[in-house]
Amino acid sequence: MPAIPRPIPDSASLSPKSSARGFEQMSARRIYIFGGIALIAAGLLFGDIFAVFILHQNAGRQGEALLAASRAVAAGNTAAVNEAFRHLGSILEDRGTKVDAHVHMIDAGYLALLLALVQPYIALARQTKKSLAALFMAGGVLLPAGIFLIHYVGLAGSPFAAIGWASVLADSAGALLILVLIVQAWGFWKYLGSRQLGEPELPDEDSMPRRALLTGGTILVLLGFVHGAYYAGTLLYEHERMETVILQRLIDAATAGNLEAATAEVNNFGNLAGARAVNIAAHSHIIEFGLLAMLLSFVQPFVFLSEKWKRRWVKLLLGGSVILPVFVLLELKLGLLAGGIADVGGLMVIVSLSGMLVGILRYSGGLDAAERGAEEGT
Amino acid sequence: MMTGSRKLLIFGGMALAAFGMLYGLQYALFVEHQTLDHMGGSLTQSFSAAANRNLAQSQAALEQYGETKYDYVRQVDAHSHWIGLAMLMIVLGVIFEQVNFSEGIRQLVALSLLAGSALFPLAVILQTYHHGAIVLKALAVVGSALVIAALAATAWGFAKPRTTA
Repeated sequence: MPAIPRPIPDSASLSPKSSARGFEQMSARRIYIFGGIALIAAGLLFGDIFAVFILHQNAGRQGEALLAASRAVAAGNTAAVNEAFRHLGSILEDRGTKVDAHVHMIDAGYLALLLALVQPYIALARQTKKSLAALFMAGGVLLPAGIFLIHYVGLAGSPFAAIGWASVLADSAGALLILVLIVQAWGFWKYLGSRQLGEPELPDEDSMPRRALLTGGTILVLLGFVHGAYYAGTLLYEHERMETVILQRLIDAATAGNLEAATAEVNNFGNLAGARAVNIAAHSHIIEFGLLAMLLSFVQPFVFLSEKWKRRWVKLLLGGSVILPVFVLLELKLGLLAGGIADVGGLMVIVSLSGMLVGILRYSGGLDAAERGAEEGT
Repeated sequence: MMTGSRKLLIFGGMALAAFGMLYGLQYALFVEHQTLDHMGGSLTQSFSAAANRNLAQSQAALEQYGETKYDYVRQVDAHSHWIGLAMLMIVLGVIFEQVNFSEGIRQLVALSLLAGSALFPLAVILQTYHHGAIVLKALAVVGSALVIAALAATAWGFAKPRTTA
């Protein structure tokens, strides 16, 4: 494999005019970039839909199940207690699988962007790398799809005692991702032996969008850490203590037959769960958006848009990345209004990612052409 | 060019990620399911005992639930923070030459990030063996402070206009 001189497109070659040259065939790197951003955008959209149509309703059903358990305690009905907790388990599974599907889709997108970064250091044939990229994308889609279906498919038609077909699908997709990563690691090992780049590295441009994404991303991660430290230092232990205190009061009220007090404690429990959930969600979302901004800074050379539009998408992304976690936190004080604004923040990030995706689709493939040329020794 | 600070972040991050994943794998295989069963079972038992008007057993089961959840939350948090911080280190390692400080300062920042990323989740996990130990809480604070300081320096370094190649 020939050594590659340092790359390639200067800003002129990335100007919109050169798109008239037509599209190069997609390289593995561009599949990872396009697929990764698409997975992240789809995961965020799913998260937004989940937040609007499912999350609050699910929390209400959890409260109803706990209320039913307290009524069963008051009535001295052990069987009804067990049934209430079985139902609560099902509600939690419903919620948990949707959160997991959302998280896994986004994380697969992050991993795809990371793999895009390391492609120059993977010493494998171009076609092999493309096939691996396609397999990775298939795994990245099937894994969250399988997780999502777990609650609905259950154990129907499954030959296993505790694992349903949806779990099999999710596990198989996860195994596919692991397989791709192992082959990538092998390719990296081969690179370490030869120390020759298989394709050009990403251009080291010093543009405003890139610097804004890097700085903004790091600040977002930093804010997430500061908030996490604040939460751990001031609220975490109190929330943990209050959980058992409220449950004890709930049990005491139910045992005494005081259903009104029991209902009040169920509401307290719901409020506490809400307080914990919004703090954890704000902490994790702001850090994830920070990481996303940093990863997107790497792929800006592939976003084939004018500088003005690149800046717009970057501002929209960073704006949404701040609005969503801040208003998730404010849900406790402002209620559904804040929830709605948080969803708009999520939508801003999705729109920004879609804008960048358009830029990647418009990209004429200068880097890909160089990669192919390198492999052909031209 | 692979500078010392980049090596520290990339290879330190890879080692930390591998460790975090292995820790998570052993926890998932040998501990997690039992813990979740224990947690759900304790809560159900607490309510069932209350339905049978056995309040002492109900309270004991509820305490079991609280303690099990305390451990579970920290085990999962430590595992995910190790991997998350490792991923952040790897990403930063790729572009750390764009942090516009001298290589000496960059190495100090990278070392601070690595030390904090390893120490903070470790202190959290150790709390499951000694509930509420002040020393361990202090270690967790020191670890997270190292990470926060390193990230603040990194953000500053990214924001500075490039002065060196």
